[in-house]
Amino acid sequence: MSFFGKLTWSAIPFNQPIPLITSIVVLLALAAVAAWVTIRGWWPYLWNEYITSTDHKRIGVMYIVLALVMLVRGFSDAIMMRAQQAVAVGQSQGYLPPEHYDQIFSAHGTIMIFFMAMPFMIGLMNFVVPLQLGVRDVAFPTMNNVSFWLTASGVLLVNLSLFIGVFARTGWLAFPPLSEKAFSPDVGVDYYLVALQISGVGTLLTGVNFVTTILKIRAPGMSYMRMPVFCWTSLATNLLIIAAFPVLTATLALLMLDRYLGFHFFTNDGGGNSMLYMNLIWMWGHPEVYILILPAFGIYSEVVSTFSGKPLFGYRSMVFATLAICILSFTVWLHHFFTMGAGADVNAIFGIASMLIAIPTGVKIFNWLFTMYGGRVRFTVPMHYAIGFMITFVFGGLTGVLMAIPPVDFVVHNSLFLVAHFHNVIIGGVVFGAMAGYTYWFPKAFGFTLDERIGKAIFWCWFIGFYLAFMPLYVLGLMGATRRMQHYDDPSWQPWNIAALVGALFILVAIVLTVVQLLYSIRTRDKRRDLTGDPWDGRTLEWLTLSPPPHYNFAVLPDVHGEEAYWHRKQEAIERDKLIPEPDYQPIEMPLNTPVGVICAFFASVCGFAVIWYIWWLAILGLIGAFAVFVWYAWRDEHEHVIPVEEVIANARERRRIRMENLHQLSQST
Amino acid sequence: MRRFMGAAGLGFLVSSCNRGILDPVGPIGAAETQILINSTAIMLAIIVPTMIATLAFAWWFRRGNTRATYRPDWEYSGAIEMVVWAIPALTVILLGGIAWIGSHDLEPSKPLASRVQPLNVEVVSMDWKWLFIYPDQGIATVNQLVVPAGTPVSFRLTSATVWNVFFVPQMGTMIYTMPGMTTRLNLRADRQGVYEGRSAHFSGDGFPGMQFKVHAVPPQQFAAWAQSARGSGQMLDGRAYALLSEPTSYVKPMTFSNVAPGLFQAIATGHAPSPRQLPQARPAPGVGA
Amino acid sequence: MTSSEAATIGLTHHASEDTGLGQRGPESKSIVVPYGFWLFVLSDIVLFSALFATYASLVHATDGGPVTGQLFDRTTVAIETLALLVSSFVCGLAMIAAKRKNLLWTQTWLLLTGLLGFVFLVIELTEFAGMIRIGAGPQRSAFLSSFFTLVGCHGAHVTAGLLWIGTMMAQIWAKGFREHIVRRLLCLSIFWHALDIIWVAIFTIVYLIGTLP
Repeated sequence: MSFFGKLTWSAIPFNQPIPLITSIVVLLALAAVAAWVTIRGWWPYLWNEYITSTDHKRIGVMYIVLALVMLVRGFSDAIMMRAQQAVAVGQSQGYLPPEHYDQIFSAHGTIMIFFMAMPFMIGLMNFVVPLQLGVRDVAFPTMNNVSFWLTASGVLLVNLSLFIGVFARTGWLAFPPLSEKAFSPDVGVDYYLVALQISGVGTLLTGVNFVTTILKIRAPGMSYMRMPVFCWTSLATNLLIIAAFPVLTATLALLMLDRYLGFHFFTNDGGGNSMLYMNLIWMWGHPEVYILILPAFGIYSEVVSTFSGKPLFGYRSMVFATLAICILSFTVWLHHFFTMGAGADVNAIFGIASMLIAIPTGVKIFNWLFTMYGGRVRFTVPMHYAIGFMITFVFGGLTGVLMAIPPVDFVVHNSLFLVAHFHNVIIGGVVFGAMAGYTYWFPKAFGFTLDERIGKAIFWCWFIGFYLAFMPLYVLGLMGATRRMQHYDDPSWQPWNIAALVGALFILVAIVLTVVQLLYSIRTRDKRRDLTGDPWDGRTLEWLTLSPPPHYNFAVLPDVHGEEAYWHRKQEAIERDKLIPEPDYQPIEMPLNTPVGVICAFFASVCGFAVIWYIWWLAILGLIGAFAVFVWYAWRDEHEHVIPVEEVIANARERRRIRMENLHQLSQST
Repeated sequence: MRRFMGAAGLGFLVSSCNRGILDPVGPIGAAETQILINSTAIMLAIIVPTMIATLAFAWWFRRGNTRATYRPDWEYSGAIEMVVWAIPALTVILLGGIAWIGSHDLEPSKPLASRVQPLNVEVVSMDWKWLFIYPDQGIATVNQLVVPAGTPVSFRLTSATVWNVFFVPQMGTMIYTMPGMTTRLNLRADRQGVYEGRSAHFSGDGFPGMQFKVHAVPPQQFAAWAQSARGSGQMLDGRAYALLSEPTSYVKPMTFSNVAPGLFQAIATGHAPSPRQLPQARPAPGVGA
Repeated sequence: MTSSEAATIGLTHHASEDTGLGQRGPESKSIVVPYGFWLFVLSDIVLFSALFATYASLVHATDGGPVTGQLFDRTTVAIETLALLVSSFVCGLAMIAAKRKNLLWTQTWLLLTGLLGFVFLVIELTEFAGMIRIGAGPQRSAFLSSFFTLVGCHGAHVTAGLLWIGTMMAQIWAKGFREHIVRRLLCLSIFWHALDIIWVAIFTIVYLIGTLP
């Protein structure tokens, strides 16, 4: 092995125009952003307010920015695939050779799940959960920062594979033996494994952090059955993370041992068993889909309730349904491989277990339905997503239950029908939920709302785009088309693939409009200020404080007397036309900023890169560096800084003044 | 939504009726399609009203509608709760029964009830082509499966390299082929014709070229074909097998007149010869990718 | 959250008919930190359970190589186990000493904990080296891969624990028994006892069952 391990100049794709040009464009874009930030002199601000911040709101924003950037990356992969499948029929091989196409679909799945959907949901939870619980931060604010930067490190490594070397050509779950050294000798699978291991540690720490937060750090009086449903679904999601992500870590570690040290877990020789990988990865993989969808369910609950002007119908049912889904999600993993020949009893039992999840999910749909019943529904952008979701998701649920029936799965497993199904639930469920949450909580984060008209256009592009892109895939699946085909012979598939491409173009417009909406809303922010802190007539505690909230969220932790803590407080105040008496303000201790996350992620990235390229000295250096950072961090004496009582009082009185003004207007109008 | 579903439904009629899983040619595929259609119908009976109710509730209870009653505190009804738990639960009980019975009736390894003696075929997925061995006839083919119509076919399947899925959409059930393991599958094609077959599990760069044709022919014609295959073509011995093992894709159909005995067992237990064991490498048969 | 917030909370909170944890407001750090660490340890146990499951499903996949009964020596493993169990007991003594803020005894017991952990590691590595020497390394068969991974993962945890013990000793020496350092010590002891629990499972499932006649 040479000094730089396997790394040589040939790792850079000089002879492949698509990755080369993409690399150059991305590098130029990054350089331009960096130059812009430097010229504007924003580095100190970014460093102090975001990069080293331990504020859950700032970390949440960073997660969502990361997710939106990765949405663009993952979508670029998607539209390249759609374009390839629209043309690669019969004599034409399309414009993507297999070795490139196979990287693209692997990267698309990996990025969209791990680096788009996960960070989006974790970002929303970060921003919202402590506010809804009426507290000032999560249980472990520094660890929260470390979690984010470890996720970012994974993102960096996955995207680095575009410039240096290749990505995996194995699909997003890297099934062995295809992902073993014997069949995938290049660095692609190593990029996949190392990136997921690093970001997986970040995700696990997030799980620990949020379960501790929700179970141990809540405002006084906020008992379990008074928590907003979003907090419940976040709790369920993070419990799933704690229980499922270690299995992923173990599984990927075993595959790494196979690849790096010649072990025989999943190899064809030495007694290895590739079915074991299939079982282990889906032990994680099935809970993973609920890790993604449960927070989205929470968002819909908040949105439907707020914009119907009613409490959530059947709150206790919703909580119970959430926990039922949480537990059931561990009992169904085998439905991902009914066609392995496990036998009729096993297949039938896992099929029925999978269907059982449809019961609590169905209950949720009905409860949202009855939340609207008797309400005053406002058709805002988040409400558009919620209604679009309810209609789309039930169809995804239908195809899901269909595939839970083993004999039906026998003919649609691994077909485009399956691809259509999981996009149906992930776009119609997770993405719609993420976009609803983004629009709903944006004013809380930045103090002004997003443009409503463009927002509705974005919704319709996603909605129409989804149906155009994926209904044809259901049809193709029934026509016998299987997934991951770089080329096909049957010309009757082509019209459907072209329709799907048109759908993808609609989604492209949606993504472009999202950027336009953001820029336009920033430019016109003075017209769209949220001065009250409660732009939607909300019901939960995040709307109690100002928009954007002060660093410490609440001058005094709110005292909770029932469900919908903020709503009742607001009604009481309107009735009496006065706020609660001014409490006794105290100085507030808040955690200090810390660079430990970003430094730690730096060493993790260095170590990860070194492992991918077999540069062992550098890997050891990276590990030592990471350990040194922790010891250095552990040696600090100052943990918190104190916000003086004068500042707290000044802020709180300002908020009360605004609220009073608002209150007078409200009581005069009623 | 309605329109799209309509379009999708029309699509099934127009373009997938002559191919694909909605046009089964044997009892297994037919039964599976029937379950697919029945279960979809059962669920549509619930989700279509739900979709309509979603739109209707949202529209009727819109803020501007003065005729709708606003009930700001209505958040619980035991009767409704009962119904919303009962509806999905009853549906799942019904579908669970279908799943249980269907899983047992259509278990891939279960021999088909028939008075005709089944044809044995051993299937090997290779990089990236399908090898079909007819142990009783002593012949083998690549990327071409000839079966007598109306006769049950009993498959034993394995893989020489990585995982694949053996899938003939119009015949029904697909099943994994896995290295070092043997799976079993029983199918029958009742209608004569030529059907597409492919792999349904991604297996590497040559994966899209893993297509094969299934020829369901009258039994006499099958016997004649097997007879002629025995008399012509090359023998599938260790050497030919090793050459066949070279990774190739979009391979044209081939026929082998004679098969080394126990070849399938050797492959399924990982003891088949590999190209590396040959004295010198020669260009592999078939068309390169 | 900080302990000073308890005061803030007390001032604003009025009696409520609901019982439950939430009534009290955020818990203090001395509750929250060990609680979070417990959750982390639980996740570690999930990781080990995946490795146990792997071991259980591959234990007979010996590929013609050595089987369990030929490799393990109960006496060595008994000594190894004893070293780890005693180190866990000594770790408990260290915690008692720390509670009394006795620097000398805390450091002594921690050192002894670490030394016993080190003895455990040396015995384990000797066992590994011996197996590799006779051609029973992890590359030999799936069974041995899973054995080395399961036991080695525990060993890696013990190594991390030793690093942690060393760091803690240095911190106590430099900074004394500050509140957050005692909390860390508590986490360390949770970690060390958890490793014991996992080892008992390894001892039973791998070694005892593996050497049954």
